[in-house]
Amino acid sequence: MLAVEMKHIYKTFGPVKANQDVNFELEQGEIHALLGENGAGKTTLMRILYGLYKADSGEIFINGEKVNIHSPKEAIAAGVGMVTQHFTLVPTLTVAENIVLGYSNQLVISQKDIETNVQQASEKYGIPVDPSALVRNLSVGERQRVEILKALYRNARILIMDEPTAVLVPQEVDALFEALVRLVKSGLSVIFISHKLIEVMAVCDRITVLRDGKVANTVKKAATTQVELAKMMVGRETFGVQRQNPRSASQPVYELTGISLEGKHGRKVLDQVSFNVGVGEILGIAGVSGNGQGELTEVLTGLVKPTEGSIKIDGRDITNFDPGAISNAGIGRTPQDRHEGTIGDLTVAENLALEHISSYTNKGMLDRKKIQEDAAEIIHEFQIKASPGDQLRKLSGGNMQKVVLARALSRKPRVLIASQPTRGLDVGATEYVRKRLLEERDRGTAVVLLSEDLDEVLALSDRIAVIYEGSIRGIIPAAEATPEKLGLLMAGAA
Amino acid sequence: MGDFLVDLIAATLRIATPLIFATLGELFCERAGILNLGIEGTMFFGAFTGFTAASLTGSLWLGVLTALVGGMLSGLIMSLFSVRLGVNQHVSGLGVTLLMTALSLFGFRVIFGENRILPSIQPFKQLSIFSESPVLGPIFSQYTLTYIAIALIPIIWWIVFRTNFGLNLRSVGDNPEATDAAGINVYRLRTIALVIGGALMGVGGAYLSVAQLGSFTFGIVAGRGWVCIALIIFANWHPIKVLWGALLFGGVQALQSRLQLTGLKLPYELFLALPYIVTIIALTIAGRNASYPAALLKPYKRE
Amino acid sequence: MIKFRLERSPAAVWSKALIPVVAVLVTFIITSIFIILAGANPFAAYYNFIIVPLSTKFSALEVLVKATPLIFTGIAVTFAFAAGYYNIGAEGQLYAGAVAAAWVGATFTNLPPIAVVPLMLVLGFLGGVLWALIPALLKVKLKVDEVVTTLLMNSIIMYIISALLNGPWRDPETGWPKSPEFFEAARFIQLIPRSRLHLGFVIALVVVIIVYLIIKRTPLGLQMRAVGASKAGAQFAGINVNRTMLIAALVSGGIAGLAGVSEIAGIHYHLISELSGGYGYTGIIVATLGGLNPIGATIAALFIGLIDTGAQTVSRVLGVPVYLGDVVQSTLLLITLGMLLFQNYRIKRI
Repeated sequence: MLAVEMKHIYKTFGPVKANQDVNFELEQGEIHALLGENGAGKTTLMRILYGLYKADSGEIFINGEKVNIHSPKEAIAAGVGMVTQHFTLVPTLTVAENIVLGYSNQLVISQKDIETNVQQASEKYGIPVDPSALVRNLSVGERQRVEILKALYRNARILIMDEPTAVLVPQEVDALFEALVRLVKSGLSVIFISHKLIEVMAVCDRITVLRDGKVANTVKKAATTQVELAKMMVGRETFGVQRQNPRSASQPVYELTGISLEGKHGRKVLDQVSFNVGVGEILGIAGVSGNGQGELTEVLTGLVKPTEGSIKIDGRDITNFDPGAISNAGIGRTPQDRHEGTIGDLTVAENLALEHISSYTNKGMLDRKKIQEDAAEIIHEFQIKASPGDQLRKLSGGNMQKVVLARALSRKPRVLIASQPTRGLDVGATEYVRKRLLEERDRGTAVVLLSEDLDEVLALSDRIAVIYEGSIRGIIPAAEATPEKLGLLMAGAA
Repeated sequence: MGDFLVDLIAATLRIATPLIFATLGELFCERAGILNLGIEGTMFFGAFTGFTAASLTGSLWLGVLTALVGGMLSGLIMSLFSVRLGVNQHVSGLGVTLLMTALSLFGFRVIFGENRILPSIQPFKQLSIFSESPVLGPIFSQYTLTYIAIALIPIIWWIVFRTNFGLNLRSVGDNPEATDAAGINVYRLRTIALVIGGALMGVGGAYLSVAQLGSFTFGIVAGRGWVCIALIIFANWHPIKVLWGALLFGGVQALQSRLQLTGLKLPYELFLALPYIVTIIALTIAGRNASYPAALLKPYKRE
Repeated sequence: MIKFRLERSPAAVWSKALIPVVAVLVTFIITSIFIILAGANPFAAYYNFIIVPLSTKFSALEVLVKATPLIFTGIAVTFAFAAGYYNIGAEGQLYAGAVAAAWVGATFTNLPPIAVVPLMLVLGFLGGVLWALIPALLKVKLKVDEVVTTLLMNSIIMYIISALLNGPWRDPETGWPKSPEFFEAARFIQLIPRSRLHLGFVIALVVVIIVYLIIKRTPLGLQMRAVGASKAGAQFAGINVNRTMLIAALVSGGIAGLAGVSEIAGIHYHLISELSGGYGYTGIIVATLGGLNPIGATIAALFIGLIDTGAQTVSRVLGVPVYLGDVVQSTLLLITLGMLLFQNYRIKRI
């Protein structure tokens, strides 16, 4: 009897066909990988199983019985648990409170009782947690354990793990894999969503590869190789953009020296970050999500002032400049989240003009004609599918990102800060943005590329810096960078 | 001096009572993630419905009960806009205040007409506990509602920190996404919190008309609701600290009216304004270290 | 219970224009219940509400008189809200402006109108600015929520006014708590003989045009709209968010102060504590109904002015309490708020 059987699942979001005729089988007591690129439909399929989405059509069987799951609550009742990258924990509550939240049907809650229960569950499943600790004081790995225990506490027999390693450091990854193997031995069945071949080969029994919303194949681990899986996953031999030869060292334009930033409770979220970028060079900054990339972006774009260190452009100190002054100093900036860096309620033209309002001012009034004309020109140049008067929020993600990039590039900057420039974009938009970044480099711009997508960093950078827990763990020329070498640095290995 | 102090403490408790009720009401709302600026109008509506029911039925307790139900209704209206529709909490809260105020004024005129003499009732009597003692006697000669208000504080502490409902409440104001994921209906929980909160605010308003004044005047609430909005920040959303905040405010007010009697040469209006000024200062100081419920003011929309 | 949820989906342009109209209709249907409870016929009531006030020249002009302070406060609220600053203190700022005007009107008795009226306007504006200053500074410097502080400031100024009227400004002749009568030159001229319509209405329209130009056509206006829509986005683009909010808050206070000047110099000619019938709060209704657009706010103010006038007619003719006007206005605010969501969302049953 199969633990889960999903038959002919279809799901569309507007024009996007997220799942097309997907068939998926999970056997009892196996770890089954769902492998695919971003946007292949893995998470959509699992959200359907967990009751977060409703399939347009198709059938689901759990332990041989046909089920209709409309909410996570019903999924939990059917023995399905899901752990996502975005933890659903309440920071101000304790571990035990989080675990019983929404599950206890008692009127009164005794802290002692729930802590004892959670302690027992923790020992039973071999997942160590401190029941009385406040979640806000836990590390990411600890929080993930709480999430897993929460699912098990609710008697989950089928556990969906959505990219569980994306937020973990290597030691935590190892511990997670050990725990999963142990749980499977005790009868649990696990669905492991991932786009990382190494992990999939390390821990899974069978692998289902999704591509463009369809099942490419389901194979046994023993019967396949990483190379074969990669082909199934990508469906083509090479990636789109190709980088020219790496540049030799040139004179530095943009220099960071000893930048540190204190976060809450005096914790250093950035620690002595130093690097420089030269004319016509792309410096890629790689790292596992949450190692200080966000804070570094905020410092580089002027949203946050560093507590220590200096930033210079062409030898001129711009350390404590605010965003407008940084922009005027010749630095083009794209925000890490395009929604946070733009204003959806304003028009495309207004968003494009916003950073340089003074140059659109004539006798104290806005030069609306110039705003429109410049916007039309930029829209044409960057092939943005919109007109100047459209509200920005009505644009697609790709077009919005083009607006953001166009705004940063329209003033021909000396330096470009590009943070997560292709996150959440479709293939076409991604290739366009990457091509633009390379063109910018060839024009002579010094580009700082912060990306959590290692493939992107490898494809575009001349040199690669690795950030780990807020500090730079090494800067190596792209030619010498292998995924293994970078992996070690990203994992904080000395 | 002793008499002065005893009198001051007794007056402080009297003034603090409606603030305790309404601030505890606001506590439920804000712990659930909703800033309820409908508080001022809800108190006013409670004062109106409480007085009207007491006046028409002759039963003061029926008046309190009616105010409680009236407050629940007001909370329900607030929930329709802030929870179900998810509109801006600032503006919808003020809208509820304006609506409940207008309905009270309208209803009062419809029921009582335009009288030259203000309609009045025989209000609650104060209940003495230690009538023999010269010190405790006057202090503990209070309205039953005052005793209820003080008793509510440990009860509400227990509800918030020791019951399943309290656990859900604390989680929904901090992370509604997580609460939803745990299988709890965010909308229903927030609605319940607003209804309970409204009930407490309504009773707080009824205290003014049914216990303290014995009549309903148009200036009966006079910004007390706004003071409660500040008090809840001052109290850091903790029921026990609500008591201290309300007593502090009540104390300043009581002291002010006592100082007037001593014939100090200052315009009394400035004394009346003093509590509001103190509230702004307290808000500025306490608000800096306040740990706001993380989801306060953020409407929840399921993706 | 019917389950529904909102989906992001922009509505067609024509439906945006329809929102206020539908909101008014829904409001009238809901408030009919209260009219029936008050023992009157809703149709008769709405006839007296809407049609009767517009049927004579005098009462139609009275609608403009009633709308004048609402245009000021509605524009004041619009100005602050546009920049994401929730100024709920227009009521207090109105009184601050009135205090300044009352001082001018009682002090500079030998100045000609050409000098005293501008002086009153300038000082009234500054009075409003001053009363908006403390909450605005607390907001931008210490991040203290402006909604609560501006509300509390409204309560504080009422006590100050009471202190003034019972103390130094008590009318020496009658002993009533009102300031001495304005001298002739300080009174706004009447625009039309034998009506109460005064210069304040014209000034209000001038303010509307200026504010419209500021918001739509100047760099400051673009910055304000950016800050109002997304503080994070504005900050990223290099806009000084705090400075923009501070300016918006203070100008908003100043415009509300002008409402006080207009009421005192155009209608009452002395300071009384009942100068405003909650115009500051009604300004929030006006601004919301007007969709945070100065022109829209002006239309909304005229409509609310009509309701205010109509409520008096209804009260006189049918004996329905005059507070029916307040019920209609506050219901209209809530219904409009709910309906504004349909601009960007569409309800979907689940």
